Amino acid sequence: MGTAGISVLQLALSLVLAPLVPGIANRVKAVVAGRRGQPLLQAYHDIAKLLLKGSVYSRTTTWVFRAGPALGCAAAMVALAVLPWGADASLLSFEGDLILFAGLFGLMRFLTILSALDTGSAFEGMGASREAWFSALAEPALLLALASLAGKAQSLSLAAVLAGPGIGGGRGAAVLLAAGAVFIVFLSENARIPVDDPATHLELTMIHEVMVLDHSGVDLAYIQYGSTLKLWALGGLIVGILRPRTGQWMADCAIGLGGMLCVGIATGALESFIARLRLARVPQLLVAGGAMAALALALSLVR
Amino acid sequence: MTVWVEGFLVVLVLTNLWLLGSSRLLSCIAAVSVQGVLMGLLPLVIRIDAPLWRLLLQAGASLGLKGIIFPILLLRAVRSVDARREVEPLVGYSASLLIGVVLLVVSLYTGLRLPIPGGATPVLLVPAALFTALTGLFVIVGRRSAIVQALAYLAMENGIAAFGMALAEQEPLLVEMGTLLDAFVAVFVMGITIFHINREFDHIDSERLSSLKDTPQ
Repeated sequence: MGTAGISVLQLALSLVLAPLVPGIANRVKAVVAGRRGQPLLQAYHDIAKLLLKGSVYSRTTTWVFRAGPALGCAAAMVALAVLPWGADASLLSFEGDLILFAGLFGLMRFLTILSALDTGSAFEGMGASREAWFSALAEPALLLALASLAGKAQSLSLAAVLAGPGIGGGRGAAVLLAAGAVFIVFLSENARIPVDDPATHLELTMIHEVMVLDHSGVDLAYIQYGSTLKLWALGGLIVGILRPRTGQWMADCAIGLGGMLCVGIATGALESFIARLRLARVPQLLVAGGAMAALALALSLVR
Repeated sequence: MTVWVEGFLVVLVLTNLWLLGSSRLLSCIAAVSVQGVLMGLLPLVIRIDAPLWRLLLQAGASLGLKGIIFPILLLRAVRSVDARREVEPLVGYSASLLIGVVLLVVSLYTGLRLPIPGGATPVLLVPAALFTALTGLFVIVGRRSAIVQALAYLAMENGIAAFGMALAEQEPLLVEMGTLLDAFVAVFVMGITIFHINREFDHIDSERLSSLKDTPQ
């Protein structure tokens, strides 16, 4: 199979399988709590149900509100097209796609914030402000972690960065630190537990949830699908940083899928065993992630 | 061996960040205790040319004192003065962590440029030592609780000891043991002093100690 075929296959796999990961995390949480839990495919059912529904739009909203969800979902899809699974290049691979990968999440967030502000609700504005504040701290951590890996690989392309020597290459500490920093960003960006509770509906503490309260029907489906894609993209980045290096694309695919399974299980386990941080403590966690990423960058620059 | 040294030094740096970011007294004590264990094990992984009995003696003494006895002494001090479980920061935790990153950059910049006699020191040793000492100094300034200041003093001492490992090719055992004894006495005295200050004034808030000066406020 040619390189392009492999990347198309990998992109299709991630687009289809992405809603499964939150299901796995939920199942792990349910099992740990002694419940049976919702079906693994619940996210698919939710998205399908929402796609069949009509949308209700407030009279204060404009086209920004309607464009936000679809464009955000598209940005997440492009991010998945940029992320390679193995040594083979991804569909959209070029020198500097690292910045595009991080920038696409910025774009997605920007669109979510804009459409939240467009509703004119003070409540959604509060959520938007929190989102902006936390992501302002999460983004440097992600970029510094990517920079540390790029410094090791001497390249700004994700394919080269993720094909580097990895954890076995003698510089394990820097790689582990970078992966840890990306994991903190992963938890924060995807509204997982130490930062935000995906299951909460307590208005005063919600962050991501509060910004999408006014969306309904197809728009909400786009948002939910987009958030699972984002989960997959950032989880795939962690797997890419940590995975063992092989040469074959079949092995890469298997490792990628197994890695995403592990990410789902790890997320569910983490959410079962730790509590949410107080809102005021969240920036501290993100700054700690940034400090870890800075240390990783320093380590990769030293030699 | 270099992988081990690098791992140890990275954990040393992480314990400093832990000390900077944690808000709980017991968590800070745990951080410094882990640091003490690391300081005990560092000579074992770094210096291989000294006689083994000496290395083991040094490692055992410093691990036992810094990793076990000092934390126990400080825990006793916490219990006996019934100290507040918060570290009472003058500088917030996020700001402390950010300052920590700046200190890390500064110590990397200077540490990598300092000419060190003898070539065999690990690359990261001097920056990590500088960072540990600077962190200790910052925490002494940035926290009000006297117990945390004692802890930060220990962190600073750890940094200086690590720096000594880089500088001295053949550091005499006597000097090493002398520093350990000094640190021991210092922590012991600090524990007693904290206890007495608390009994006399009902608090160990170092901010308010300045009001004891003779000059009218």
